[in-house]
Amino acid sequence: MGRLNEKVSYWMLVAPALTIMIVFYILPVLGIWEIAFTEPTTGVDNFVKMAESSAVKTSFVLTFRVAAITTLGCLLLGYIVAYSISNFANKFTPLMLALVILPFWVSVLIRSFSWIVLLGRSGLVNDTLRDTGIIDSPLRLMHNEFGVLIAMIHVMLPFAILPMMTNMRGISDAYVKAARGLGASEWTAFWNVYFPQTIPGVMSGALLVFVLSLGFYVTPALLGGGRVLMISEYITYQIQEFLNWGLGSALSVGLLVATALVLLIASRFINLRSALLERK
Amino acid sequence: MSTPILSIRQGIKRYGSVHALDDVTLDVADGEFLTLLGPSGSGKTTLLSAIAGFIRLDEGSISLRSKDITKQPPEARDFGMVFQGYALFPTMTVAENVAFPLKVRKRPAKEIADRVAECLDLVQMGAFADRLPIQLSGGQQQRVALARALSFHPQVLLLDEPLSALDKKLRADLQWELKALHDRLGVTFIYVTHDQEEALSMSDRIVILKDGKIQQEGAPGDLYNKPRNAFVADFLGKSNFIDVTVTGREGDVLSCAADGAKFEVEAETPVEVGTKTKVALRPERLRLGAPGEEFLSAKVKQVSYLGERCQVIVTHDSLGELLLSCATWKTGITPKPDLPVSIGWDKDACVVLAPE
Repeated sequence: MGRLNEKVSYWMLVAPALTIMIVFYILPVLGIWEIAFTEPTTGVDNFVKMAESSAVKTSFVLTFRVAAITTLGCLLLGYIVAYSISNFANKFTPLMLALVILPFWVSVLIRSFSWIVLLGRSGLVNDTLRDTGIIDSPLRLMHNEFGVLIAMIHVMLPFAILPMMTNMRGISDAYVKAARGLGASEWTAFWNVYFPQTIPGVMSGALLVFVLSLGFYVTPALLGGGRVLMISEYITYQIQEFLNWGLGSALSVGLLVATALVLLIASRFINLRSALLERK
Repeated sequence: MSTPILSIRQGIKRYGSVHALDDVTLDVADGEFLTLLGPSGSGKTTLLSAIAGFIRLDEGSISLRSKDITKQPPEARDFGMVFQGYALFPTMTVAENVAFPLKVRKRPAKEIADRVAECLDLVQMGAFADRLPIQLSGGQQQRVALARALSFHPQVLLLDEPLSALDKKLRADLQWELKALHDRLGVTFIYVTHDQEEALSMSDRIVILKDGKIQQEGAPGDLYNKPRNAFVADFLGKSNFIDVTVTGREGDVLSCAADGAKFEVEAETPVEVGTKTKVALRPERLRLGAPGEEFLSAKVKQVSYLGERCQVIVTHDSLGELLLSCATWKTGITPKPDLPVSIGWDKDACVVLAPE
């Protein structure tokens, strides 16, 4: 009896969130799948069209490339930040941490617009360079992949820093000290002893950034200016401009499957449970 | 002492206004098992860190075989080190851990493999070479840490409370092993601990620290039997302290009076008649007898049975409470609370203490 009550109360606790997820998320997603297979005709026409379209292929390749470069950039910059905060910040740790988290309080839209102000034809960067005589005509800093990447790396950086930092803060300084005491130089101690212990954090940061980047919309749409068509923007075009609900939905399904595949492949190499849930 | 392997001269380390090391001068003999003993905050770990090179002395110098190493980074000093908590590298196997100091010294692969096997055998961990540290028990990790610290034939092995995380029984076993290993290898051991039993059982020499200052150094027996001050007498084993006035002197023997109780004390250092001082008296040197049998009459207050010994707190009218330890197998009186007894001791049982 007690057992049963426990189960009932457990489900009661989960029920509100679960209901909201089912009604507002899972059912609509299923609806998308349905549209993908029924609009305008029933069958796999949309998927055949998708597979044959070179534009779709280009967009998928671009999406994966941007996500991969963003991930690399975030890991490189994020590792340095996370390492500094974990090992050297001491009393400044709360301040540094606040600075990492601060961007979350500003909408992605505003952050992306800020990059337009900086990178535009007569943006801050171009104006400064021109005024100092370094360049004659403005550089193309946005409405291309370069602009998208800069802004994407900026937006995604906290997602790389936080898991890596959580991981690094759990590593006792005794290991590096031990390595030095046993004769290793600073670099050897870092590379052979410290770095291998941070790989779980690096992996979970990488996965987080990569998966989020695959489906990212706002920043590529604004900074790409319609010239860097990542898959989520491509879907928007299909639905908003061409009212092509069938192909748009099929592309969504494609993106979802692609993301699931990434997670599946990643799970063969890293422990997803500890990478994404426990953050160790 | 022949030429010391390691010398610290007037070492001072301050943290803010606190002296973690206050004018420490110490010589370590080649091949010696030296223990730095003290309560937490006494500076023993600071001293070890300074020797290892993890912290830089504010003043003073450290030299290794007459060569100044005060400013050398830790990796240049060539000391083996066993850390509190072992600090085995979690991403490396046992064998890789032991090979690490040899790899960073760029020794040939063949030599590394041989030496790793040799060192693991030395600590009876040969069968565990391919395990990860997390798969080992605390005692096994301790052995691997030891093998790792010894693999590159260091001149000096530094050990920072290596046994503190282990349970009592295992700790006792490993004390024997450490001592045997030291005797076999002839390497100089510098051992930090707060555990006085550990220090007494293994060391050739003990250095007792308090508030960053060396209180006394010497062989375990000397320190135990001739503590210089009340801190040493109390920290190393247990002691009763009696405030006395010296009333007479005949050669080495002092007549002492403490609130009416009169007894004699053998003193090695001359003490003026009329001096007020403090003497220490070990519980096991106190004798317990039937009333009238010994020279002071007292009453049992409390008894604590410990198996091979029992500890008795007796009260004397003017001396107050005294702790007494007697063998339980001895026949004679059985102490019970409120039992009237008499207590006494030999005149060489008391040690006259210097003021702290």
